Amino acid sequence: MSAIIITDLTKKYGGRTAVDQLNMSLEQGELCSLLGVNGAGKTTTIKMLCGLSKPTSGDAILLGDSIVSDPYAVKSKINVSPQETAVAPNLTVRENLETIARLYGRNKKEAAEKADAMIRRFGMFEIAKDRAKTLSGGWQRRLSIAMALISDPQILFLDEPTLGLDVLARRELWDVIRSLKGKVTIILTTHYLEEAEALSDRIAIMAKGRLKAVGTAQELMAGTHTQKFEDAFVALAAESGANL
Amino acid sequence: MKSLAFAARNRKELLRDPLNLTFGLGFPLVLMLLLSAIQANVPVNLFEIEKLAPGLAVFGLSFIALFSGTLIAKDRSTSFLMRLFASPLSASDFILGYTMPLFPMAVLQSVVCFSAAFFLGMAVKVNVLIALLTLVPAAVLFIAIGLLAGSLLNDKQVGGICGALLTNLSAWLSGTWFDLNLVGGAFKTVADALPFVHAVNAASAAVSGNYAAIFPDLWWVIGYAAGILALAVIVFRRKMSSDAM
Repeated sequence: MSAIIITDLTKKYGGRTAVDQLNMSLEQGELCSLLGVNGAGKTTTIKMLCGLSKPTSGDAILLGDSIVSDPYAVKSKINVSPQETAVAPNLTVRENLETIARLYGRNKKEAAEKADAMIRRFGMFEIAKDRAKTLSGGWQRRLSIAMALISDPQILFLDEPTLGLDVLARRELWDVIRSLKGKVTIILTTHYLEEAEALSDRIAIMAKGRLKAVGTAQELMAGTHTQKFEDAFVALAAESGANL
Repeated sequence: MKSLAFAARNRKELLRDPLNLTFGLGFPLVLMLLLSAIQANVPVNLFEIEKLAPGLAVFGLSFIALFSGTLIAKDRSTSFLMRLFASPLSASDFILGYTMPLFPMAVLQSVVCFSAAFFLGMAVKVNVLIALLTLVPAAVLFIAIGLLAGSLLNDKQVGGICGALLTNLSAWLSGTWFDLNLVGGAFKTVADALPFVHAVNAASAAVSGNYAAIFPDLWWVIGYAAGILALAVIVFRRKMSSDAM
């Protein structure tokens, strides 16, 4: 069953088209990476799918609800980890987690239990009482992702989730993301091609607001007659004259 | 429920910022002590505590606009608001969540101000409770100004507009530091057209037990508070549904 069906999704800012008639669908539990150079339209696409930006035209149906006609219903099923770390600076790690759980309708007891589970899952025992603003960038990003998961979303948007993390932290986060595969439908944007290749069921490549290709890494390499995924990406992203 | 959870987060953010406590409570108290010391050493009645306390209570409330505006503007400048906007919070949840924590802060601020005035010689009487009630519209007014400023400006601009301009306007045009009739002219006309002097007059009338004099002035404050709150809600909702938030 499809979790996300995107139909002719378009976003224009004045005369500039940021996303141009995007069409694609994702199955439940699938992890799809959205790749593209800066300005390709990845973040705008995620913003529209999250109900943060209204499409100029077109629509997307997320688990049966339209982002155009019923964005509120969509929001209760999704969560997002934004590109920049998104935490409340003066709240502790535990308070950040509990706050998000309660915003998604959990009562105090449930929110505390959910926060405990996330603290265990992300190994945040030692920093649970620390204020978010005192954490290192890596810990803030882990917390940000834990906050995205605490609502048990059916669809999760991860916008550059490992940006700025060291190799070990990145690999740890990959393990977390892998553990979600099959259970949560995930759209992930990244500039790290090896990350997309390692984690994704399918990879969608955007350039200048248009979807250039979608498929497994092997399918994209075969379609572009390349041996390495990086070469396939360059071939597809450069096809439209995108500035690499 | 969701708005309460959001309000709890905002309350913690506000109370854990030491600048908020320093300016919101400390600055008006320091001024009260300073002006009372001046009064004790001059032969004329410049800063009688019964007139000074309501004026400084209104002045203290002006910092509420700075707190709320800065919090909203800071949220807007980070991805945290993107996370919140992607959650199932409605526009009403946001507005309630941002405004609810400020009411107890405003009441506390006024209580602290009048309590300090008691120590400086103001008579302890039930009229002060009425004065606290007359300050509620002023509190709403400053909360609404903060919501409006936070929705439109970045945190640095909020600091300039609410932290410098608004606090000075509400101080100089309130009649607390000098009798506006002494200046007269355009200055008094402008002061009378704005709500600050009316908020001080209404609270002063309550403190002195002259209840009949409360309402002509309080209507001004209520009118401004209702108008600016309505405008702030409209602007916040529009910004929330646009791509520019």
